[in-house]
Amino acid sequence: MAQSSKRKPIGKMIITGIVSIALYAALLLNQDIINSYFGKGGAYAFLPIITAFIFSFFHGSFTSIFWTVLGVEAKKKKEVK
Amino acid sequence: MHDIVNAAANFINLDAINIVYLFLVGFVGGLVSGFIGSGGAFVLTPGMMSLGVPGLVAVASNMCHKFPKALVGAIKRAKYGQVDVKLGLIMGISAEAGVLYGAHIQENIKKAFGDAGSNLYVSAAFVVILAIVGGFVLRDALKTYRSGNTHEEEKVTKLARWVQSINIPRTMVYFKSLNARVSVLFTIPLGFATGMLAATIAVGGFIGVPSMIYVLGAPSLMASATELVIAFVMGLGGSFKYAMSGLVDIRLAMIILAGSLFGIQLGAIGTTYVKPYMIKLVMGLIMVIVLFSRALMVPVYMSQLGLMQPLAEETVKVLKSTSFAIMILALLIGAFIVLKAMWQGIRVERKMAKEVLKHSEV
Repeated sequence: MAQSSKRKPIGKMIITGIVSIALYAALLLNQDIINSYFGKGGAYAFLPIITAFIFSFFHGSFTSIFWTVLGVEAKKKKEVK
Repeated sequence: MHDIVNAAANFINLDAINIVYLFLVGFVGGLVSGFIGSGGAFVLTPGMMSLGVPGLVAVASNMCHKFPKALVGAIKRAKYGQVDVKLGLIMGISAEAGVLYGAHIQENIKKAFGDAGSNLYVSAAFVVILAIVGGFVLRDALKTYRSGNTHEEEKVTKLARWVQSINIPRTMVYFKSLNARVSVLFTIPLGFATGMLAATIAVGGFIGVPSMIYVLGAPSLMASATELVIAFVMGLGGSFKYAMSGLVDIRLAMIILAGSLFGIQLGAIGTTYVKPYMIKLVMGLIMVIVLFSRALMVPVYMSQLGLMQPLAEETVKVLKSTSFAIMILALLIGAFIVLKAMWQGIRVERKMAKEVLKHSEV
């Protein structure tokens, strides 16, 4: 466990980072089409919800690994209560 | 990231500066949310409105960034063993009902008294609730700090002990955060109040977290982590409701999310380095500062309603911008304390690790 935490998951960070950037690029480059569908309401309400889940999955993993690679990690040993 | 920002600038009124602004506000808001379980939303909604986004779209888009953010934060903090999923879900569902009821009240007030009336109601709710709850939380945190017993385990309040001692058959549920069985007849009204507050001032956690700590008896760390589950349930339902009316601007929501996910990870990591009273300190401090920010706006709305003499346009402008500046200040102070505490914690840990290494070499 101690050894694996020493090795930084740079590969993983790059992959999730690329997916994240691609998602944001797709969103911002197609704003007009996206806004016209997402703003329709009714059953189209699923679109923003699903989008939020997809973004949070990839960008969430990326940001988590990002801080790990930078060396900002949770305290290893729990305080004795 | 820069290319995206530039490309976006060619397309719409969301220019590069706006994107960077939303990203940064999202980051700071996320940082605070990751730490105390909520917060940030009270700056994001007016923040978006200051860019020209209509009020309802700002509320809807804020909510649509909140639930994925809360989800990511909850998962992160669950890894540290801080989340009570059962308590979060039970309170979250009753909070959903509170949101619907709170929104209904808002609509009625708006119908009867117009925009200024509804604004006055929101500000009054802010001031009264933050004064009572925020003052109490801050006092408790300062008391712990002054007593020098910051290492001691948190004491369960008398009220919480009483709540835990009441046995109402068929309503008792075991909650791991409380290590006790509590009747859902207690958790439901607390969840409901959390939801009502969320519908009114956008931050339900200002009731949710203190109620879990002081009324139910949960440790601060678990209460603030469990609040993220409540925020997720509430935010998901709320976003869907707004999205049904086509009010969610997904671009705004996702740009804020981009920043806030960086923040929430950091805030969650921060909780593993601090003593429990720090959660109360940051939360109480933010609540009390925000209270002043909203109090400044009360005369503006009162004059609009004709309850007092009209204010000069210049005065209104000054009050509005001061109020917004104080809100941002509240968030920045919170973020600063979190970052500082984490930085110190990491330094101490690294120092200790080095010493251990030295000893083992010897």
